Amino acid sequence: MPFDVVAQQPKLLYLLQGVAAFAAVVSLLLLALHRGRVRRRAAALLLLAPALLLLTVGLLLPGLRTLGLSFTGTGGDTWAGFDNYVWMVTDPGALVALRNTLAWVVLVPLLAASVGLLYAAAVVRSRLRVFALSLVLMPMAISFVGAGVVWKFVYAYRPAEAAQIGLLNQLAVAFGGEPRQWLVDSPWNILFLIVVMVWTQAGFAAVLLAGAISAVPGELTEAALLDGASRRQIFWRITMPSIRPTLLVVVLVQAIGTFKAFDIVKTMTGGQFGTGVIAHEMYDQAFRYGETGRGAALAVLLFVLVTPLVAHQLRARRRAA
Amino acid sequence: MRFGARLALAVIALAALATACGVPQGSGAQPHTAVDCGSYARYGKHPGTKVTVYAENRDREADLFEETWADFAHCTGIDVQYEGDGEFEAQIQLRVDGGSAPDVAFFPQPGLLERFARAGKLKPASAGVVALAKQGWSADWNSYATIDGTLYGTPLVANVKSFVWYSPRFFRDRGLSVPRTWSELMAVTEKVAASGVKPWCAGIESAEATGWPVTDWIEDVLLRQQGTDVYDRWTAHEIPFNDPRVIKAMDTVGSILKNDRYANGGFGPARSMASISFQEAGTPVLSGDCAMHRQASFYADMWPQGTEIGPDKDVYAFLLPGADPARRPVLGGGVFTAVFADRPEVRAYQEYLASADFANARMKKGPFVSANKGVDPANAATPVDRLSIQLLQDSRTQFRFDGSDLMPASVGAGTFWKGSVDWIGGAGTRQVADSVERSWPSR
Repeated sequence: MPFDVVAQQPKLLYLLQGVAAFAAVVSLLLLALHRGRVRRRAAALLLLAPALLLLTVGLLLPGLRTLGLSFTGTGGDTWAGFDNYVWMVTDPGALVALRNTLAWVVLVPLLAASVGLLYAAAVVRSRLRVFALSLVLMPMAISFVGAGVVWKFVYAYRPAEAAQIGLLNQLAVAFGGEPRQWLVDSPWNILFLIVVMVWTQAGFAAVLLAGAISAVPGELTEAALLDGASRRQIFWRITMPSIRPTLLVVVLVQAIGTFKAFDIVKTMTGGQFGTGVIAHEMYDQAFRYGETGRGAALAVLLFVLVTPLVAHQLRARRRAA
Repeated sequence: MRFGARLALAVIALAALATACGVPQGSGAQPHTAVDCGSYARYGKHPGTKVTVYAENRDREADLFEETWADFAHCTGIDVQYEGDGEFEAQIQLRVDGGSAPDVAFFPQPGLLERFARAGKLKPASAGVVALAKQGWSADWNSYATIDGTLYGTPLVANVKSFVWYSPRFFRDRGLSVPRTWSELMAVTEKVAASGVKPWCAGIESAEATGWPVTDWIEDVLLRQQGTDVYDRWTAHEIPFNDPRVIKAMDTVGSILKNDRYANGGFGPARSMASISFQEAGTPVLSGDCAMHRQASFYADMWPQGTEIGPDKDVYAFLLPGADPARRPVLGGGVFTAVFADRPEVRAYQEYLASADFANARMKKGPFVSANKGVDPANAATPVDRLSIQLLQDSRTQFRFDGSDLMPASVGAGTFWKGSVDWIGGAGTRQVADSVERSWPSR
């Protein structure tokens, strides 16, 4: 269909209005700031106003509304008190999601950071450093949904007598084992999902940690070598303390990201077989089951859980600055 | 102010580019040569109007819909803008809450329709639609879109779920005949099992809907063992989910689906069905690794390309029998139209969808079943569609809607599915039934 200017007229009009409004705001700002001798505080307020407005409309108000909704029943129009929060800690399905989220948040940062650290330590002095690091970083370029689809094939199940289409079961059969339903058998299936997240995130950890390791001053390690320290001692006594801040950032960023884990679960198991996590359960409750209150309560819980991590990270950054 | 001007220019250029790229590729009106608009005269003329339709059908199903109403759109002047979305069930609520509800939605579950009707979002059906509904569908069918005595829409699609697919050649080679009672069915099952072939195959993997084929099984058997009355009271939660009669039906299903001697033909142990997608679950019927596959009429589309359907072809289906061959309980599902807008063109379009003309025209385009009394089985695209329509129109048929679609979504599309998966995985019947009962919303 060719671009029909006449048919698109209302849209163009909206666009024009939007652009005009935007230009007006920018001009006003520029005007106010260029008029010399403007009080600094007023200028700061003026500059902050758009950001504050957007934060209020886009973050603060929805957040408050979610909090309000979490005290309402189905459909969000009846008062339910703390029912949704009680439901969250008594319903078997919700408890499974809470348990799984705990496993994710503990294991993903731990595994991603350890794998990344080992990899970084192994390749940081190598001549192929750049190549090796880009290799491990590559999965990060794949979206979680893409990674989920890819790994779903890796875990695919076919009966023993049929040809395997999944890599893992093919390996199992090649070594004389029985094909298994990796994504079905609880509770180990959670680990197989976690592996996918670690696969996408380890590269991020490796690159940051490789940078941190190479930033450790050469004199330090040299001095330690002269004092007769072993490789292992240098790693634990010199390198590790030096890269501690970076390691902490890696772990915290991973932990925050893991709380939001949704895509992998949604694409690979749809939260079935006891693999639900908070973010996925929240979506199911709010949008698939129409239980807005329960969904909102889970969102509030997620917020409460993430807040200390974010606060800690912010404080650490301020201290570093 | 030069900087500001330049910035504004850049923004305009970018925005213009973005909107130009984002222009939707309209449905592309088919070239109309000679259309007889006489039969569409009753819907009036609505030139220059637009009706937006939102549903879950995509690809070929969506194309067939659009082809069917192309003449209607041409003759009435209404621009029907169809949008298919695989995430319909979750997204429709976002659309409505966000103030961008479609004019017309096709609801695949009465429960979902009811939710929006109770929230006051849907517009009650017009007098014209009510008249067409009374004329076209049985009281049962109309009751699914009737909330507190108000009709909101009409059935658009129907499907029969109580079919057992089988290979006529496999049955002939082994001297088996199509069972007419439950005990005959079990005799066939046992005979096939004794010959070293697992008689039943099933697959229940369907992303977050994993488990639904099992819930259909349970509903089908409950309907056969206890009749429509108990079934209705069960779906309405007038008897608890874990009523002893339901437990009995579950155990009957379990004696087939959870039995490694009877299932899962072509796929290994019974619990392998959790990994097998429902779309591919019937394929062992073709190779003779499995004798029977209980699945809905729409499974006709899921056989590998080139599979012929018919009483003496590659595959065919029979109605899952009950204890008494004279009674014909049929479990099924359907899709319902409902409108969020009250404009005349929207009404005209909904009335058109409620007419037997639409159903007949749609059936001529490809596989489709309607429960409308006015459809001609001769228009059916496949033998199983024809069988479905005959069953739906037969006065002896006791049609009941898929129970999980009638229950609250958190049960019917949540704990019942999840529970079924656990149950196939080895959990006990009572334990699963109790946990589903506990999850029933108390309101």
